[in-house]
Amino acid sequence: MSFLRRLMSIPTGAVGLVLLAAIAAAALLAPWLFPGDPLRIAGPALLPPFSDPALPLGTDRLGRDVLAGLFHGARTSLIVGLAAAAASILVGSVVGTIAGFAGKLVDEALMRVVDAFQIVPGFLLALAFVSVAGGSLTTVIIAIALSSWAQPARLVRAEVLSIRERDYVAAARVIGMHPLEIAFKEILPNALPPVLALAAVIVAAAILTEAALSFLGLGDPNVVTWGSMISEGRNVLRAAPFLSVIPGIGLVVAVLAVYLVSEAAGEALGRGGQR
Amino acid sequence: MRRALTLVRRRAISAIPVLLIVVVATFLMLEAAPGDAVDAYLLSSGGGDAALAASLRAQYGLDQSLLSRLLLYITALGRLDLGWSVAFERPVLALIAERLPTTLLLMGSATALSFGLGSLLGVVAGGRPGSFRDRVLSIGALTLYAIPGFWLGLVLVLVFSVSLRWLPIAGIETIASGKHGLARAVDIARHLALPVAALGFIYLALFLRVMRSAMAEIWRQDFVLAARAKGLTRRRIVWRHVARAALLPVVTVLGLQSAGMLGGSVVIESVFAIPGFGRLAQEAVAGRDAPLLIGIILTSAVLVILVNLVVDLLYAVLDPRIGASEGAA
Repeated sequence: MSFLRRLMSIPTGAVGLVLLAAIAAAALLAPWLFPGDPLRIAGPALLPPFSDPALPLGTDRLGRDVLAGLFHGARTSLIVGLAAAAASILVGSVVGTIAGFAGKLVDEALMRVVDAFQIVPGFLLALAFVSVAGGSLTTVIIAIALSSWAQPARLVRAEVLSIRERDYVAAARVIGMHPLEIAFKEILPNALPPVLALAAVIVAAAILTEAALSFLGLGDPNVVTWGSMISEGRNVLRAAPFLSVIPGIGLVVAVLAVYLVSEAAGEALGRGGQR
Repeated sequence: MRRALTLVRRRAISAIPVLLIVVVATFLMLEAAPGDAVDAYLLSSGGGDAALAASLRAQYGLDQSLLSRLLLYITALGRLDLGWSVAFERPVLALIAERLPTTLLLMGSATALSFGLGSLLGVVAGGRPGSFRDRVLSIGALTLYAIPGFWLGLVLVLVFSVSLRWLPIAGIETIASGKHGLARAVDIARHLALPVAALGFIYLALFLRVMRSAMAEIWRQDFVLAARAKGLTRRRIVWRHVARAALLPVVTVLGLQSAGMLGGSVVIESVFAIPGFGRLAQEAVAGRDAPLLIGIILTSAVLVILVNLVVDLLYAVLDPRIGASEGAA
C-alpha cells in the first residue's frame, strides 16, 4: 500500500494512475453502460458528435454508436495488452531460465532462436502469423506474444547467469534438489524483478501492435477495437474526421498512462534501473 | 581497418545459423496455414476445377513433400534465388529489389530526422537535468512516444493535406508528371514529408529520452567534476564532455530500433499508399503469397543485421576503447 502512496506522490505517477483507472473502469463497465453488440446500428449514419444526447459522440458510416465503440474498444485493448504481455513474459522467462541454467549447447541453441526472433521485425512476424492463423482475439494475442518474447528471454537469461553461481543455489544443489526445481523455484523468482520492470513497456507495445494490426484489417472482425474504428473512419476522413481522431485519442491516453505509471514506479523504487 | 574486417567476417559467420532459423521457422509457419497460393489464385481468378488446381500445384512444386520443398528452397537461396511470387507472377527477388529503395529512402529520412532532432533536443533537456525545460521536453517526448504512427499519419494528413492543402495526400510522386532532376526530387520530398514525420516522430522521442537519461547519468561522473574544476564554461562541458559521452548509448539504440522502424513502415506505407517494401508485405499477406512473404521476412532480417553491423563499426570509431571482439549478434 505504501508503494501506491509513493506512486501517487509523484505527479506523473498520479496522473498516470488516474488515467489508467479511468480506462480500466471504462473497460470493466462497458457491458453494463452499453449493453448489447457495440457493432449494431444505433442511429442515423454519420451523426456528428454532441448533436444527439443519446449518442454523445455521434455515429459512424453505418450508424454505429462511437461512444459505445470507444468503451468496448478499451476492453479489447486492455485484454490484448495484458494477455499478450503475460504470455510473452511467461515464455521469455521459461526460455531464458532454461538457456541460462542449462548453459553450453542448449544455451547456444536457444539464444540463436532468440536472435532470430529479435532480428525479424516484430510487426512483420505478427502480420504473417495472423494472416496464417486467421483474425481472432486469441491469434492476435499469440501473434503479439510471438513478436515480443525475445527481449524478456534475453533479460531473464542474463539475470539467471549472475544468480546461478550464488551460494544459495550451491546449497540447493548440495541438498540434492532436482535441477529443474532449482531453476524454477530458486533462480527464476529472483531473476524476475527487472523483467517485471519491462512489463509495462511490453503492455504498451502490445496495445500499439494490436491497434496497428486491426487498422490493417487483420484483427478479429467481430470485436470492436480502436484500431478498426480508426480504419473505418479513414474512409470518410474528409467528411467526418472525428471518427478517426476520437479512438486515436483513446489509444494515446491508454499507452501514455502505462508509460507514466511505469516511469513513476521506477522513480519510486529508487533511481536507476529504468531507461 | 583490420579490426573492422574481423568484425564483418565474424558477423557474417554468426548470421548464417540465425538466418537459417528464420527461414525454417517462417516456412513451417506459412505451411501450417489452411489453403495455399493456388487456392488464393483460383479464388481471385474466378475458380477452376480440380484438374487445373492439381496441374498448377505440380507446376509450382506444391505437390511435393514438406521436407523436400524446404530443402529445395534453401538450396535455391544459396544461389540467391528467392523463388517465384504467385500473386505477382514475377521473381520474388526482382519484386523486392524494385520496392526496397523507396522504403530505404523513407526509413533513412525518418532515421536522420529522429536521430538528429531527437539527440539535439536530448542535449537541451539533459543539459540541466530536473530543470523546467527538461521536464517539459521529457513529458512531451513520453506523449509523442505513446502516439501510434499510423494515427499520427492520419492526423498530419488532416491538418496539412485536407485543411491547409500544403502537401499531397498520398503516393510517392505525382503520377506521369514528366518531372526530371531537381523538380522530381522536390516532388518526392513533398510527398515524403508527412510519412517521414509520422514514422520518425516516435523515434525522435526515443532518441531524446535515451540521450537525456544518458546525460543525467554522466553529470555525476568524476571527469565532469574535473572539467568544472578546470573552470570550463557550462556550454563547453555540456557539448564537449557530457553530450559526447552520452552519444554512445544513443548510437546503440540506433541499431536496436531498425527492426521496429521496418515494421512501422508497413503501416505507414499503407496509410500514405506508398508502393514500398512494407506495402509489398501487406500485399503478400492478402495474396496468400508464401514465397513472397518468406522472401520479405528474410530480406528484412538481413537488413536489420546489416544496420546493426554498421552501427557496431560506428561504435568502434566513436569509442576507441571498444575492440571488435565485443558485442553479440
